[in-house]
Amino acid sequence: MVERIVTIRNRAGMHARPAALLVKTASGFSSQIYIEKDSERVNGKSIMGVITLGATYNTPLKIIADGPDEAQAVDAIERLFANRFEEE
Amino acid sequence: MAPHSSKEKFRVLDLLQLDLRENDALDLTCIGGRPGLIREIAVTDINRPGLELGGFYENFAYQRIQIFGRGENAYLQKLAKEKQRKELEKLFTYPIPCCVFTHSLTPTVDFAECAEAAECPSLQTDLSTSEFTMRILRVLSTIYAPKQTVHGVLVEVFGIGVLIQGESGVGKSESALSLIERGHRLVADDSVEIRRVSGNILMGTGAQVVSHHMEIRGLGIINITHLFGVGAIRDKKRIQLVVQLELWNPDKNYDRIGAEEATEDILGVHVPCVTVPIKPGRNVPVIIETAARNERLKKMGYYSAREFNRNVMNWLEGESTREIFLNEK
Repeated sequence: MVERIVTIRNRAGMHARPAALLVKTASGFSSQIYIEKDSERVNGKSIMGVITLGATYNTPLKIIADGPDEAQAVDAIERLFANRFEEE
Repeated sequence: MAPHSSKEKFRVLDLLQLDLRENDALDLTCIGGRPGLIREIAVTDINRPGLELGGFYENFAYQRIQIFGRGENAYLQKLAKEKQRKELEKLFTYPIPCCVFTHSLTPTVDFAECAEAAECPSLQTDLSTSEFTMRILRVLSTIYAPKQTVHGVLVEVFGIGVLIQGESGVGKSESALSLIERGHRLVADDSVEIRRVSGNILMGTGAQVVSHHMEIRGLGIINITHLFGVGAIRDKKRIQLVVQLELWNPDKNYDRIGAEEATEDILGVHVPCVTVPIKPGRNVPVIIETAARNERLKKMGYYSAREFNRNVMNWLEGESTREIFLNEK
């Protein structure tokens, strides 16, 4: 299992478009992927789940991946956050 | 009006035989030049041959239907009085498809003889010239509307014309059958003839011979009208939504939000298009029904995906301000 803390850097926060991008990336891996905010944990492959977190600008999130390609999955998702989901 | 088969020429006789009613009716009768009824009408326009009767033939649009209104007819009578048959003979050296007399006007004897000799059909209508002109242009533009035949099934779902497309064997007909069973209507199966009329309207119809029959693998050919009744069919329907069915491709990303409005170009008109991946356990007819419902909502100005995201963004903004406020405390 791999865990990593990332921070949302795009101003608008986790709305539909970034959430879709995250889910699209996560769905490309066979590992189980979860996103955690405080004590809330959602499936990283569920678009509604990711939006429900209500992750705003500068919110720290924990990415958790568990499975054969866990390391690559966490790296790929971290890159999305680093690139601000291609926004701004 | 029955669609005109694309392979055949549209002849004057076809114009007389069109089934047009009330405000579409042309009220045409043939009053001479019957052998010429086989002449083709190849141009969707009309001409009033005032200049030509006066002897000016430059740029004469002889391929068009020639309309004789009160003015032209009065001039014909002047020619008859002055015994100038030459002008009329010259007019008929051109291969005119037909001459139409409006206001129930009757041509002069000279005109009738020249037309008969040239085997050019003379038609008569009781409509006024402007009314006839409007109607004939409308009729001809429908007949000569740009058209295209596509592979797919056209069904009417909650009043929306849905063109279901996809490769052979993906389940187009089966999905359509299920929609019919749920109370929707079949317009055409397998091959859909589309015409672009009045600018941006795409009208879809089926081929006359196979109309309202479907081929279902395992059953063969079935007659939808007999099996489900007249309520289950429609002759033509405007195409307002395209549903592309395809086998689920794990490497392809399907639209998860629906905020991007995909369209498909049919005869230069952009029709909203959704791609629905098929896999066991997906109830395709229900998805198509929902797509049609969603399309209706969009027509009313409500975009589910956009409104949803607007709410999410408002909420995130509120949360964000709250956090800043709490942190400052």
